[in-house]
Amino acid sequence: MALKTKFELKLGAATREAFGRALVELGRENRDIVVCDADLSHSTMTTYFAKEFPDRFISCGIAEANMVGIGAGLAYAGKIAFVSSFSAFVVNKGFEQMRVCAAYPHTNLKVVGTHSGISIGEDGPSQMSIEETALACSLPGFLVLTPADEVSTKALVRAAAEHIGPVFIRTGRPKAPVIYESGQKFEIGKAIELLSGSGVTIIANGLMVAEAIRAAGTLDAEGVSVRVLDMHTVKPLDHEAIRRAAAETGAIVVAEEHLVDGGLGVRVAQVVAETVPCPMEFVGIHDTYAESGPASELMEKYGLVASNVAAAARKAVARKR
Amino acid sequence: MPRPLNELQSLAKQVRREIVQMIGAAKSGHPGGSLSAVEILVELFFDHMKIDPKNPGWPDRDRFILSKGHAAPVLYAVMAEAGYPDTPLDKLNTLRQLGSVYQGHPDVRFIRSLEASTGSLGGGLSLALGMGIAARLDGCPSRTYCLLGDGEIQEGQVWEAAMAGAFHKLDNVVAIVDYNGIQLDGFVKDIMEVAPLADKWRAFGWHVMEIDGHDLSAVRKALEEAESVKGKPSCLVAHTVKGKGVSFMENNPKFHGTAPTPAEVELALQELR
Repeated sequence: MALKTKFELKLGAATREAFGRALVELGRENRDIVVCDADLSHSTMTTYFAKEFPDRFISCGIAEANMVGIGAGLAYAGKIAFVSSFSAFVVNKGFEQMRVCAAYPHTNLKVVGTHSGISIGEDGPSQMSIEETALACSLPGFLVLTPADEVSTKALVRAAAEHIGPVFIRTGRPKAPVIYESGQKFEIGKAIELLSGSGVTIIANGLMVAEAIRAAGTLDAEGVSVRVLDMHTVKPLDHEAIRRAAAETGAIVVAEEHLVDGGLGVRVAQVVAETVPCPMEFVGIHDTYAESGPASELMEKYGLVASNVAAAARKAVARKR
Repeated sequence: MPRPLNELQSLAKQVRREIVQMIGAAKSGHPGGSLSAVEILVELFFDHMKIDPKNPGWPDRDRFILSKGHAAPVLYAVMAEAGYPDTPLDKLNTLRQLGSVYQGHPDVRFIRSLEASTGSLGGGLSLALGMGIAARLDGCPSRTYCLLGDGEIQEGQVWEAAMAGAFHKLDNVVAIVDYNGIQLDGFVKDIMEVAPLADKWRAFGWHVMEIDGHDLSAVRKALEEAESVKGKPSCLVAHTVKGKGVSFMENNPKFHGTAPTPAEVELALQELR
């Protein structure tokens, strides 16, 4: 049980903030860490690294395609290169370079997108990245990580640096609820069971992990025993944890701050279909773009909240035979 | 000791023969832009670059990136002649066949001695900048050379890289534009004009030299000049002839991406005797 209290969570640092801090720690330990940014270092928080290691911080200007290419060139030459911008920009504008210069030759490039999902709020859909999990997962050999809080972000950024090969990490803008105590161990490709129920499983990542835990609180009061899995690694998926969830709880809800098309949910569904088929429900963004507004109101409007996760769980449970 | 020019000239002729033969055997490929770049690659690999083909992983080696990846045959022939361990000379004619290390475009998964996988135009110069930055961070004398096509520089990413190369003062990076004037659909001036090419690179802050890209001593001199330029990257605008060395391919847009027939291979080889 990694939680301090079972269903209540306090607010912690944003995952982008944790990413920025993690880079500094890594930079102190390893001179081969090099960081590139595209004029958003004060938002992606690579500014901490830039301040401490100005020589190893490469300002690329507003030119994401070239930045991803430079990062790949650094990686070809033996560096551990992190390139960072808003997910909406680095993945969409740098996608062809992620494909030809990172995935295909399997270079040691780490792409970190910040301001993912709709929880960036007021800036609106042009800055909201809701497609990048699908895009990054489509690239052979890429690892795709979506940490939920500060502790998991720091651990997974470190794991990404230690992994040899291309990695995409999805981080967010707002402060994230604290899920883990420091010292929690993370392994790429291994889901973490946060609540071990038997009536239904909620699989989530990013900010939706906290919503899953809150939903579990509601369902618990109704007498439904809920298992919650933090699926921080979208690729490669933890097949065994999914198979066990399907076999032991018989119903699965997947919750993500991303388009349902091509996201975590459909990838989990593939594993369920191949192992122990069971009723599934999907909480995410359904084939639409969001709009400007305060983050919490947007999350409510687009169904990315505990009440909607709980409703989906009730539906999945009702469909059990 | 610089290599005698006559030696390089006969190597260039041999490389041309191999290009025509391998593309003829493959029945597909890009002869025109391979033949236009022969002297540039021969001068780089057999004279100017500090490389050790027997030890391709040497950290201080100079690096070459074929950003115009469709000219893979010229790179394969030159590397095979140079004696890299994973570019067998006797397998050049397996180009583009299943199981061949000689993939349609350069692929590091098949030839570890290549510096990068390329083929999608516009990407190589960014890679070169990354390699240049890495060398500078390590205090390593390695220089990086990147060959671009003239049609290729229509890609916007090239100009993002041009801006960044000058901004970061990467004097260990050299861009070479194979200015042969022809791209797939026809003459560059009719598809999307890139002139005035030297002015463009100069305006982006590069040290620019215009040379005859088939004159080995001119290529050599320009590469030496680039090495002496400090504080900015260099660009060689190399005026070349598409299909150079084979009369019926010269300046003929058809041979951008069309393989010679067996009869045309014979004709070409007669001219390249």
